[in-house]
Amino acid sequence: MGYDKRIDGRRPDELRPIVAKAGVIKRADGSAMFKIGNTVAYAAVYGPRDLFPRFLQDPQRGTLRCRYNMMPFSGAGDRVKPGGSRRSKEISMVTEKALLPVLNLEDFPNAVVDVFIELPQTDAGTRCAGICAAAIALADAGLSMKDLVSSVSVGKVGDMIAIDLDYAEESYEGVDVADIPLAFIPRTGQITLLQMDGLIDRDSLKKALEMGRKACLQIYGIQKKALKDRFASAAAVNGNGNSDGSGDKNE
Amino acid sequence: MNELLRAHILKWFEKGKRYDGRKLDEFRLVSVEYGVTKNAEGSARVKIGDTEVIAGVKLAVEKPYPDTPKEGTLMVGAELLPLSSPDFEAGPPNEESIEIARVVDRGIREAKAIDTKKLCIDEGEKAWAVIVDICTINSAGNLLDAAALATSAALRNARFPSYNGKTVDYKKITDNKLPIVRLPVSVTVIKLGDHIFVDPTVEEENVIDARLTVAITESGKICAMQKGGNAPITVDDIDRMIELAAAKAGELSKKL
Repeated sequence: MGYDKRIDGRRPDELRPIVAKAGVIKRADGSAMFKIGNTVAYAAVYGPRDLFPRFLQDPQRGTLRCRYNMMPFSGAGDRVKPGGSRRSKEISMVTEKALLPVLNLEDFPNAVVDVFIELPQTDAGTRCAGICAAAIALADAGLSMKDLVSSVSVGKVGDMIAIDLDYAEESYEGVDVADIPLAFIPRTGQITLLQMDGLIDRDSLKKALEMGRKACLQIYGIQKKALKDRFASAAAVNGNGNSDGSGDKNE
Repeated sequence: MNELLRAHILKWFEKGKRYDGRKLDEFRLVSVEYGVTKNAEGSARVKIGDTEVIAGVKLAVEKPYPDTPKEGTLMVGAELLPLSSPDFEAGPPNEESIEIARVVDRGIREAKAIDTKKLCIDEGEKAWAVIVDICTINSAGNLLDAAALATSAALRNARFPSYNGKTVDYKKITDNKLPIVRLPVSVTVIKLGDHIFVDPTVEEENVIDARLTVAITESGKICAMQKGGNAPITVDDIDRMIELAAAKAGELSKKL
């Protein structure tokens, strides 16, 4: 009884198709597009730059500011009124906390790094897609980082524990659905984002976290490839010196 | 700083050239892509050089305005997203974004681009509302013309969702298009010194004297205008600027 086959036919541990690209917004200091299934996130990074008003400046360390926003036409159903909601404020905050641990804020005291995340098209998993895009964009901006951040949602639909739920699964009726957005620092396995709504038992949660970690490692590979492709093409086109500053210094 | 840039740009104008190598009456490469976001009933991405905007159309059933009970409504909004330029800040719409939204809105409205009577479902009670939102992805000059072109393209791309008399089912999109009569395009002509030119870059926009945005229908009728910039212009200027705008509008509407 309930949910034993995923609506779109994926295996429980199968991600939706992912496309990631770095350097998609020229005016930004760093940028990326991250598409997972039908969810599309753009992220742009500006800074480090002066932080005003001045009393917000911290002489010990830099400030990270994130803004998550859905475009008015991006949601299934009704238009999303522009200009921030309680939901978008909260997601902006947890996104900030998800990215903070990998940044070396002491590199830019008094200054701010702005991360703007915009979603032109959504189908669940938007905060995770936003975080994945933002991590690539931060590296693309040449900021020194301890690692990238990879993010995915895991969930339980009926008795099935599955990763990367889409909207149809998240809103599946007739069975209990738990949705757990996660973000990992892939190399250490530390968790920087954890939210959850729905009902789940502790054993399932453990299993879900493990599945999430494995999925994030896959995403990590795609994020790194996006950065490598970006700098490979930048070096080929104009041979400029951009290619040394990426945060992608693993392996 | 701007004085030097202005002098530099003008020096090149004397030779009939822009400092990015274009002629004065030359647009950067223009491209239009349809259906770029699935949840909008219509959408389009327009690129003019490095400038990139997305326009999305949402269709909703609303009560018509009391003074036009037999007609549907049109609304255009524009957001200069802080993601698209270091100069844009998060927050409520500012002068610039409101101007873009209103100038694009006027072009569509006054061209009578949409037969709003055909949007009426139940007189005085229910009619389709056409809501266009313009979002900037990369701001590299001439957002206004890009926004107007994206809006026309998104309207052309739009399909009605199914409606059973009570609720709209956004998951079921029909084949029915919007009742479009004609679509306008906008061309902004810039005046700098004695020169006029089109499709400014951000650097050029920072030093302009005046600008005139002209919305023109496919048949060549002018349907909306907006003068901007701090310097005054003469009747002769307007004549020259409209002539250039009309020529360029013909090129742009071929992209639709």
